[in-house]
Amino acid sequence: MNHWVIAPVLWPWLAGILLLLGHGSLAWQRGVSVVAVAGQLGLALALAAEVSDGRMLVYTLGNWPAPFGIVLVADRLAAWMLVTTAFLAFFALWYALRGDDAAGSHFHTLFQFELFGLNGAFLTGDLFNLFVFFEILLIASYGLLLHGGGRKRTRAGLHFVTVNLIGSIFFLFAAGTFYGILGTLNLADLARKVAAVSPENAPLVRVAGLLLFAVFALKAALLPFYLWLPEAYAHTSASVAALFAIMTKVGAYSILRVDTLLFGADAGLVAGLLEPWLLPMALATLLVGMVGALASTRLRQQAAYLVVASVGSLLTAFGLGSVSGIAAGLYYLPHTTFATAALFLLADRITQRRGDLGDRLDPGPTIVSAGILGGLFFVTTVAVVGLPPLSGFLGKFLTLRAALAHPWWSWIMATVLSAGLIGVITLARTGSLLFYQASPPTADLTPEPGVALARELAPIVGLLLLGLALTVAAGVLEHGARASAEQLLQPQRYIQAVLKPGGEP
Amino acid sequence: MELLFALLVGALTAGGIYLALRARTFPMVLGLTLLSYAVNLFLFAMGRLTIGQPPVIVPGVSGYADPLPQALVLTAIVISFAMTAFVIVLALKARAEMGNDHVDGLHRP
Repeated sequence: MNHWVIAPVLWPWLAGILLLLGHGSLAWQRGVSVVAVAGQLGLALALAAEVSDGRMLVYTLGNWPAPFGIVLVADRLAAWMLVTTAFLAFFALWYALRGDDAAGSHFHTLFQFELFGLNGAFLTGDLFNLFVFFEILLIASYGLLLHGGGRKRTRAGLHFVTVNLIGSIFFLFAAGTFYGILGTLNLADLARKVAAVSPENAPLVRVAGLLLFAVFALKAALLPFYLWLPEAYAHTSASVAALFAIMTKVGAYSILRVDTLLFGADAGLVAGLLEPWLLPMALATLLVGMVGALASTRLRQQAAYLVVASVGSLLTAFGLGSVSGIAAGLYYLPHTTFATAALFLLADRITQRRGDLGDRLDPGPTIVSAGILGGLFFVTTVAVVGLPPLSGFLGKFLTLRAALAHPWWSWIMATVLSAGLIGVITLARTGSLLFYQASPPTADLTPEPGVALARELAPIVGLLLLGLALTVAAGVLEHGARASAEQLLQPQRYIQAVLKPGGEP
Repeated sequence: MELLFALLVGALTAGGIYLALRARTFPMVLGLTLLSYAVNLFLFAMGRLTIGQPPVIVPGVSGYADPLPQALVLTAIVISFAMTAFVIVLALKARAEMGNDHVDGLHRP
């Protein structure tokens, strides 16, 4: 048994505990946190290299054989998510070191526990365990969201906590129903038993499956359930908003996992359960997210709506259900995560320089270093909307190419392309409003020292460079994403790997 | 007993959802509490309602009380208990910062 599988879960947990031992010293917390996140990046990359040959690493906790014990499963998809999370966490933390972490106590502990929950959710192979890891990441996210305090943050936090608590309760109802009918909570065992469900139990399994889908759609902020997101993301601190760019992807990951494993083509009476829901909801989310961004009156709010839209385009790709569709989505996932995170961080930098205007989208005096910030804003915009030459374009292109094989291809094309157009109009308007319509500065602008500016903007540039790396390495990564999609669409391999100890036969 | 149990869970859920949709924080917290009671009872019932059955490891006995849902309920109780405490503190904080107990901070006397 390969003990490295559990390392990405234990590592941030240990770091979180270690952080509490520093008597609140900020230097200690920062040091430990940076080392922990860097180490986590290493662990995630090592695990990704380990599973890159298509193996599935199964870790049985306490050596209890599945389906009786809890298992962790590292396959290509899990490793892909872990690497994305680790990169995002690294840059979000780097940005937080500029002062977001000093606004209250225990920022770094909460940050590490958030990563603990995220990594656990990606690796676990057990439905109830997934619930527990969801709770861990949510509890940490409540703390992070409210970190620093303030009236608006409290109000947004109250909504966020309530909505997610109700979501958790429905998750338990769904998990309970699965256990009541099928007598197991292990995902591989569930997949086997769902496929063999009797006709009289099939409606109950359908109800439980759709309830589960609703819960994941709530976490992913799909159309009827996205209303909690814009307020929450627009009012928290920038580094937390950037880290939360991965939170909606946890929902997307769970939908993909459940859709392919439990309700795939082999699932007998309940095969394709989510199919009629996923694609229409995703397309509607994409459109509504973009229209929301267009109607936003504040920059942070606009960025939050763009997160909604990004989930929409991601799940559109997953909703296609084909190898090329899922592969396109998997390629698009890290790109959109990094791009929206960069937009949140950059919005914060611009807001800081606009004084009383804050992030309101009203014309104001020219800001300091408008040239550099405007240039970065342009690049980020190109990445977020998915224009060439950056990786967002490749992701969209792959999605649209995969959509050609789908019976609804005309609707998908129309929605994705018009949403893209709305996005371009929105961000072009925002950019020209912030940087072109500016009145002459009220006071003399003393140019900022280059070194300080470079240090300030480094995390944002880093995230954008990751996007560039995704573009340069597109061939290799697309190949990997395709292999992941093929692995996902053969749930038999997952089931055999988990239920027969010692890896794949 | 099954019917009574099902009605109880249903009533708790319905009451919980109604209260959770209220616009003031105190009824909302109560609603969340009722919902978590409902889900705990539901999880417990998913191991089937049995009386006087032995736990799993008894040789020669076919019927048994499933211990797994009890473990699940224990986990769910701990989590929902902690979350209720958190929501209460958050609601108090919101009450203090916004000056009223409306969930949107709107004062409607």
